[in-house]
Amino acid sequence: MREINSKDIILQVEKMCADINYNLPSDVTACIEAIVKNDKTISDNILQEILQNVKIAQKEAVALCQDTGTANFFIKIGKDVNIIGDDINISINKGVERGYKKYFLRKSIVSDPIDRINTQTNTPSNIYFDFVDGDKIEITMLAKGGGSENASALKMLVPSEGWKGIKQFVIEAIKQKGANACPPLIVGVGIGGDFASVGLLAKKALLREIGSNNISKDYSDRENELLEEINKLGIGPMGLGGKITALAAFIETKPCHIASLPVAVNIQCHSCRRKTIIL
Amino acid sequence: MKITIETLIRNIKDYKIGTKIELSGIIYTARDQAHKRLVSLIDNSKQLPINLQNACIYYCGPCPRSSDKVIGSCGPTTSSRMDIYTPKMLSNGVKLLVGKGNRSKAVVEAIKQNKAIYLLATGGVGALISQKVKKAKLIAFEDLGPEAIYELVVEDFPLTVGIDCFGNNLFDEREKCF
Repeated sequence: MREINSKDIILQVEKMCADINYNLPSDVTACIEAIVKNDKTISDNILQEILQNVKIAQKEAVALCQDTGTANFFIKIGKDVNIIGDDINISINKGVERGYKKYFLRKSIVSDPIDRINTQTNTPSNIYFDFVDGDKIEITMLAKGGGSENASALKMLVPSEGWKGIKQFVIEAIKQKGANACPPLIVGVGIGGDFASVGLLAKKALLREIGSNNISKDYSDRENELLEEINKLGIGPMGLGGKITALAAFIETKPCHIASLPVAVNIQCHSCRRKTIIL
Repeated sequence: MKITIETLIRNIKDYKIGTKIELSGIIYTARDQAHKRLVSLIDNSKQLPINLQNACIYYCGPCPRSSDKVIGSCGPTTSSRMDIYTPKMLSNGVKLLVGKGNRSKAVVEAIKQNKAIYLLATGGVGALISQKVKKAKLIAFEDLGPEAIYELVVEDFPLTVGIDCFGNNLFDEREKCF
């Protein structure tokens, strides 16, 4: 059994809050840079502003976006790890509370959905666990803004609707609300599982790096097809028109019931703040 | 084009959709909960914490500032969540609205009726926008945290006319193209 002290988890999470809010992942920056460089027909200066913002945020230690988001954590815990001190839920939330305070990040969580009193700590976080082999803990953080989250959707299709129905649903969701979600977007699609798990699949799809291929050739082709169709919508950066509405579309799947075809689409804005660390 | 809020209001008819401006002047942040409270004060004929006559409202909930800065990251939030409150804000004097994304038909109509204007800021570039803010002061609803009302003095805030005072809408134009 390897022992990990909860103090290390708290400290690493605290640091990660600053890292992800000040620095856009290099795959996202590289993708936008390549679009601006390779396509001279793109006239808008929104993509330029986004790149300028990346530099300012990093240099000045100012958050990329004022919506520093809900702190989501995807944690893989090795079965040979023993955590000493606070339990992992408490540790993560302590790290978030300290990080958001220390690094001047906005606290965007209200304690009750109807009463709407700000908790002033940006906690509680959403924490999801997977249990794996080994003696390490892998922590992935995704700081997710509210505007893009609001553009997300879930539907229980029936099996006969198939890929065509899924595509139609995803395209319709982006057509309806994509312009409000700060495009260019990253589109996470979950297919299968059940009502509860399909949303998490869609969210996990957002953790993939731009340029990475789906391990299934069929789904990789479907991702390309979906991206092409999304970019035909003409929504463009910030919804003002253009052929770059999304930077990537990722699909995650799971087995499901013979009667069901659950589908969820989780929309991510261009400010895709994520990072993984291993303890 | 660099312009002050006063000049923009004086010549509001000249600013057509798609026009890019760099705006200077005093603006007030207000988002979901601040709008709810302001409209409730209006409905109950109570004193408001800000003067809405010719006011510029910015849909924004900024990050806290570090001691060496005027303000933290401060980009726009999605305007449509404020649609339900906006006609009343406009009929009570607000002239300039700043945010991101499309608005409802009722808001477009109210903008036209009140000869107001809706300006678009780029979402997700709050660090860049924070450099255009020269002063920031807490005005009201401190208990709302990021949703409090702040008075900001901005210089050359980059914006695009989204809905002009005739009710033309930049988002409709985009739909016609595709």
